[in-house]
Amino acid sequence: MKISVDQSKCCGSGMCVLTDPDLFDQSEEDGTVVLLVEHPDAEHEATAKEAASLCPASAITVS
Amino acid sequence: MTELISAELPTERPNPFDPPTEVTEIREQARISRLKFADGHLGWLVTGHHQVREILGSPKFSNNPEKHHLLDRRFQGDVPEDKRKAEPGMFLSQDPPDHTRLRKMLQGQFTVRRMNQLSEWIATIVDDQLAHMRSLGNRADLVKEFALPVPSLVICALLGVDYDERHRFQEDTAKMLSLDSTFKEAMDAMARIQDFMRELVARKKANPGGDDMISDLLATGEPTDEEASNMALLLLLAGHETTANMLGIGTFTLLQHPDQLKILKDEPEVIDNAVEELMRYLSIIHFGPVRTAVEDVEIDGHLIKAGDTVLIHVPAANRDPEKFTGNPDELDLRRPASGHVAFGHGIHQCLGQQLARIEMRIGFAKLFQEFPDLRLDVEPEEVPLRTDMGIYGVHSLPVAW
Repeated sequence: MKISVDQSKCCGSGMCVLTDPDLFDQSEEDGTVVLLVEHPDAEHEATAKEAASLCPASAITVS
Repeated sequence: MTELISAELPTERPNPFDPPTEVTEIREQARISRLKFADGHLGWLVTGHHQVREILGSPKFSNNPEKHHLLDRRFQGDVPEDKRKAEPGMFLSQDPPDHTRLRKMLQGQFTVRRMNQLSEWIATIVDDQLAHMRSLGNRADLVKEFALPVPSLVICALLGVDYDERHRFQEDTAKMLSLDSTFKEAMDAMARIQDFMRELVARKKANPGGDDMISDLLATGEPTDEEASNMALLLLLAGHETTANMLGIGTFTLLQHPDQLKILKDEPEVIDNAVEELMRYLSIIHFGPVRTAVEDVEIDGHLIKAGDTVLIHVPAANRDPEKFTGNPDELDLRRPASGHVAFGHGIHQCLGQQLARIEMRIGFAKLFQEFPDLRLDVEPEEVPLRTDMGIYGVHSLPVAW
């Protein structure tokens, strides 16, 4: 599994960090998404998918 | 396709915690239906969860008020064109790229990490307010003594607004949100709050270096003074009315659902989910949001044409059985409630949602820890409901302990 994020779409809602702070963080400067783990292990696959589906700006894709 | 047409938006709520029965019936027949707006425009009513997300997440819909047909009868007739326009800095009513530029200036202030760092400070504010409530004897209006002061104190301190000056915005906020206000009354109230915020911005510019969000915003040099004062106004209004109403009607709900309240008391770890479930179940934004299509778009087999205005029904969407399994009309603090649209969806999703979550988690938890025998001090049908306001809730909540 691979996570990709698009900072230009991100609106800084923080939903991804709320869902899994091991995978995502937010920039101190403008609150946009910072991807911490590109290839999550099996334990984090479900939360990676949930973060992608909850993102209000569709800035996260999981493939 | 035969379409369901409503002549007006049903607003009557036979049960204070449920969406209007007629809206639920509409959703079960058609998750997208037609709705007549006050100016005669035949627009759309969207009640399905999936459809709400699709529209709020789509760049094909605008949030520019100049494009919207109006539903609210107050704002019909001779509304001057310039009053329809979003004012500089009012990013909630703007589309990209203006919205993106302005919201980005604030996003860094509302991150999950920053809000978590405020937990201890918010807990102190909640403790102080509960001590104040106890000092009043054994009964009080929970809205006046707890639900409204806590988020007001928090947002005032964050923005650097003197809480002692709350008379300059609290009453006028209520006038702006009252569906009984005339257009002129609402606009006059807004103009008074704008004057207050302009003065505040001028004071902070004259005394730079303050430890608050408005000073930080001004220090970036990015917004104009007018933008900064309107952005601050938006944060002030959004920051105290919404959370206050969730704390008020949320407490009423828990008192009326003793089995659920017992879960909250017995299993304190349920609080994070309990807040999401209360948000889903209550959905206090009961009037809008509204969007207008900027190009033709097909949603669920319905052709929404460019220029058509769409009313999003948050309470109906948050009870959609296609999204929320089990019985979505039941309050269940253990239900997986994530994915609700109580904070909206799309690029306008609530900027302060992580702050609101922390205020509610700490607020509800401490309220029932400190007042385990809290009870309603009137008959439930005597609690005055905010059916006359743009944001739902209770006007007051008499409680005893």
